[in-house]
Order: sequence, then C-alpha cells, then structure tokens
Amino acid sequence: MNRWVPHLFSLLSYSLLSIGLLLTLTPLLWMMAASLMPSGEANSYPPHLWPSRVTFEHYLALFTRLDLARYLFNSTLLASAVTVISLLINSMAGYAFAKFRFRGRDHLFRGLLAALVIPAQVAMLPLFLLLKQFGLINTYWGVIIPGMANIFGIFLIRQYLLAIPDSLLDAARMDGASELRIYWSLVLPLCRPILVTLAIFTFMGAWNDFMWPLIVLTDSSLYTLPVALANLLGEHVQDTELMMAGSVLTVLPVMLLFVALQRYYIAGIMLGGMKG
Amino acid sequence: MRNLERRATLSAWIFLTPALLLITVFFFLPILAALLLSFTDFDIYALGDLDRLRFVGFGNYQQLLQSPLFWTALGNTVYFVIVGGPLSVMLSLSAALLVNAPLTRFPGFFRTAFFLPVVTTLVAVAVVWRYLYHPHYGLLNYALSRFGIAPVDWLGDPNWAMPAIILMAVWKNFGFNMIIFIAGLQSIPTPLYEAARIDGASAWRQFRYITLPLLGPTFLFVALMTMIGYFQVFAEPYVMTQGGPVNRTLSVVLLMYEEGFRWWNMGYASAAAFVLFMLILAGTLLSLTLRRRGSS
Repeated sequence: MNRWVPHLFSLLSYSLLSIGLLLTLTPLLWMMAASLMPSGEANSYPPHLWPSRVTFEHYLALFTRLDLARYLFNSTLLASAVTVISLLINSMAGYAFAKFRFRGRDHLFRGLLAALVIPAQVAMLPLFLLLKQFGLINTYWGVIIPGMANIFGIFLIRQYLLAIPDSLLDAARMDGASELRIYWSLVLPLCRPILVTLAIFTFMGAWNDFMWPLIVLTDSSLYTLPVALANLLGEHVQDTELMMAGSVLTVLPVMLLFVALQRYYIAGIMLGGMKG
Repeated sequence: MRNLERRATLSAWIFLTPALLLITVFFFLPILAALLLSFTDFDIYALGDLDRLRFVGFGNYQQLLQSPLFWTALGNTVYFVIVGGPLSVMLSLSAALLVNAPLTRFPGFFRTAFFLPVVTTLVAVAVVWRYLYHPHYGLLNYALSRFGIAPVDWLGDPNWAMPAIILMAVWKNFGFNMIIFIAGLQSIPTPLYEAARIDGASAWRQFRYITLPLLGPTFLFVALMTMIGYFQVFAEPYVMTQGGPVNRTLSVVLLMYEEGFRWWNMGYASAAAFVLFMLILAGTLLSLTLRRRGSS
C-alpha cells in the first residue's frame, strides 16, 4: 500500500468535515449576525454576512414594544414546572420498575414501551376536550399537565437504576428506613447523573415544544416563545432583523444550557439509544 | 416472607400510581377517545351541545379516502418520510464515521458543532431558514449563484417547497442520530479491527464486513425512530409555508390541526390522526419483521 494513502484519506475527511461545519453553522451564525444589523440590511443584495454597524435596536424593540419579557417568563416558568414535576413522578415510577418485584411488572413495562410508537398528536383532540371540561384551556396548567409523566423518562430512570446493586437498598431496609425515605435520601441522590440528563431533555423539550402550547394557549399574554415567534412572523415578516433577534432569544437559552451540560445530554442519548 | 413480598408490591404501586394515573388519564384515555371520536361527526355544534353528536360509523374514514386534499397530505407526508428519512440517516452515519475516525482530531468539537442544530427551537430555525430561502436576498440562492446556478424560489415553487423543507429538517436533526451512531461505532470491539488488519483486510472491507454488520441494530433503531418522527412533521410547514404552495407541503398532522382546531371538525380530524397512527404502526412492524428476518 502507498504511504500517501492515509494522508489523502485524512485530507478528504477534513474537507468533508469542514464543508459539514460550514453548512451546519452558517444558518445559526447568520441568524446572530442579522439580528444585529440595522433595519433593512438583511434584505440587501449581495447578502451581508456581517453587520455594517452593530445595533441592539431590534432586541430593544422586542422587549419594549413586543412584550418579549413576558414570553421569556412564560417559557421559563412552563419548562421549569414541567421539568421539576415530571422528574419527581418519572423517577418514582422508574424506581418501582427497576427495584421492586411484583406481579405483572414486566408486562406493564413492555406495554408502556410499546405505547411509544403512538404519535402524541392522536391524543391531542380528546385531550383538548378533556382539559376544556376541567376549565384548563388557556391556562398554564393546560400546558403543564400532559407533560407531567413521560414514558421515555420512566424508561431512562429504570435503565439507570438497574445497574445499581440492590444490596445498598436492602441495607437501608434492614436499618428500618421507610420506603419513602429510601427513595428520597438514597435513590434520588444515586440517580443524580441521570436526573440531570433527564432534566435537560425535559426542559429543552418543553421549551421547544410548539404544537400543544399553540393549541392550548389562546391568550397572547400566556404564549411561550415559539408560539409568540410564529405569531410575530405574521405581522413582522418584512422585519428580517427583528425576527432574527426574536429567534436568537428563543434559541440561545437552550443552546447555552446544552453547551454547559452537554456531557450529561449526550450520555442520555447514548443510554436511550443503546438500550432501545 | 409473604409479608415482605406484599410490602414490596404495595410500595411499588404507591410509587407507580402518580405516573400511571397521569399517563392513563392524559394519554391512554385520549387515545381511546380519539378512536371513538373518529366514528362520530363531532364538530363545532357538538362542541357547544353534546346532544348534537352522532355516530357515523366509518363515515369519516370514507370521507377521508374520498378527499383529494387528504391524499395530497398523505402523499406529501410519505414524500417527506421516504426522501428525508434515508437522507437524514445516511448523513448521520457519514458524519459519525468521519467524526469517529481514528485520524480525526478534535472529535469533540465537531460532534458539538454538528449537534447544535438539534437543540435549537424548531420554530425559530424554521423562521431563519425562511429568510435563507428568500428568492432575492437569501443566502442560499446567493451561494448557488456563485456556482452559476439560477435563483430558485425555494418555498414558492410547488416542486421545490418540499425538498426545501426536507433539507431544513435534515439539517436540524442529523446530529441526533449521529450521536447514536457514534455510540454504536464505539461499542464495536477494537480487537476485531486489529485482527482484520493483521489479515490484510482493506479499510473498505473492514467497514463492509465488521462495521456495517455490527452496526445493524443501531441502524435499525435509528431508522425506526427517524421514520416515526418524520411522519409527524408539523412545525416546519406551519411556519415556513402554511402547507403551500398549492398544498404541496400540507402534512397529515397539519391537516389534522387545521380540521380539528381551526374548523373544529374533530371527528374527521381524529380519523386523519388514526390513519397516520396506522401508517406508523405498519412501518414499525415492517421494520421489526425485517430485523427478525435479518438476524435469523
């Protein structure tokens, strides 16, 4: 074999990686650049890749004229509430599936997993009618309630706990600790890494969710960022720079969260992917 | 001993109850209700007064199958799945192979960069891509013009709108499957490659006879998850095209949303949702059968 072959290989591979990098990052970089351009500059030909003059006027307009702080608050509140509540409920169920032996356990668990192929949209029409009966349409709870328990979350916790030896829990039981106490002060701390992972998943999922909040929230003061952004597009489609500033504000919080905690996030995908 | 067992069962059910209750009331019951709803003429009048509700048997399904608009939505959705799905999986696998190659330096950097679009908000990046696709000022047409390619009205041309949406969707999520492929690649024991190298197997033959077969289960999992996700396409056309031009990007879920939540034809919309569910189920069973046949 020729000794140049590996060099050629790596040249080719780096070229492909660079092209991939360019294509992947350009939309995001352009979004940020355009959000800082003076009005009208994003609609020029040839397109500008960089603002001729950096301005924060569009961000300012979003907060002063367009109530963006409100949507930011709604999104943060809803995503946090869904995350905290679902973490508690999913970890309890995941613990029960991993560490208790009871009749019908495996059938029940397999049944839940099989339900993962059911698209969530099928449930949305009756869910809307159900929440309407309870008077929860156009409320925060209408968004939170369907996200409070999640099959994938239960699955992830169970997978993680299976690897933890029973002897730890048995020792605590011998010492006379109550089941609730074991769950709260032994199981939850043991689950910490997977709880962090699941928290990021859930928070991002709730933050990025679009269809259900769009259906449930009719009053614009309750809108989450994605719903507000889609709505804003209707009136401000010509204001490219303004729309880009809105997009940046929607995307940036979750992107920063990911960059800060990506170790946990990626570990979670691998756990979910490999055992599936 | 029996006492211990009983205690364990009781504790287990206490821990399970909140989750099972919520999932039953807010997921399983609505699914069942959707099935029942799809056999009724539930509409805006029934929404106000339930006495207006009538059982119509398979009427909604018949109406769906006779509706050209539903067939258009179904065709568009299948187009999105059949073109976008494999494209996304292939790109994910290629990216995983490149990032995971032993010669590649800074794999963590590339991995993070390729993954960034996955964590972005779909609605926000769909808005961004709307502008990138702009026929006059869009970056894409400008880049293509440098190669002498005439401008394309990506989202306005009936033939280009769906490919444009597919491109955006693939950009958005190929990084997710890439991570799963990387995990799959890393779980292949290195001694296999060492042995193959000692036997003088070329890089291609190593890929063909070690990597591909051992990646089989990962590949199937990724393909299945991608297919299920792609069948549910909604936000991309909602934000970028509203289903247009001339309904060429109308998806089944978008149709369901419009019928159910704009016109309140909830019986009809439920039937549409169930047809989609059946399609996903059929696709899942088909690929699981293929796996069983492949492994035996």
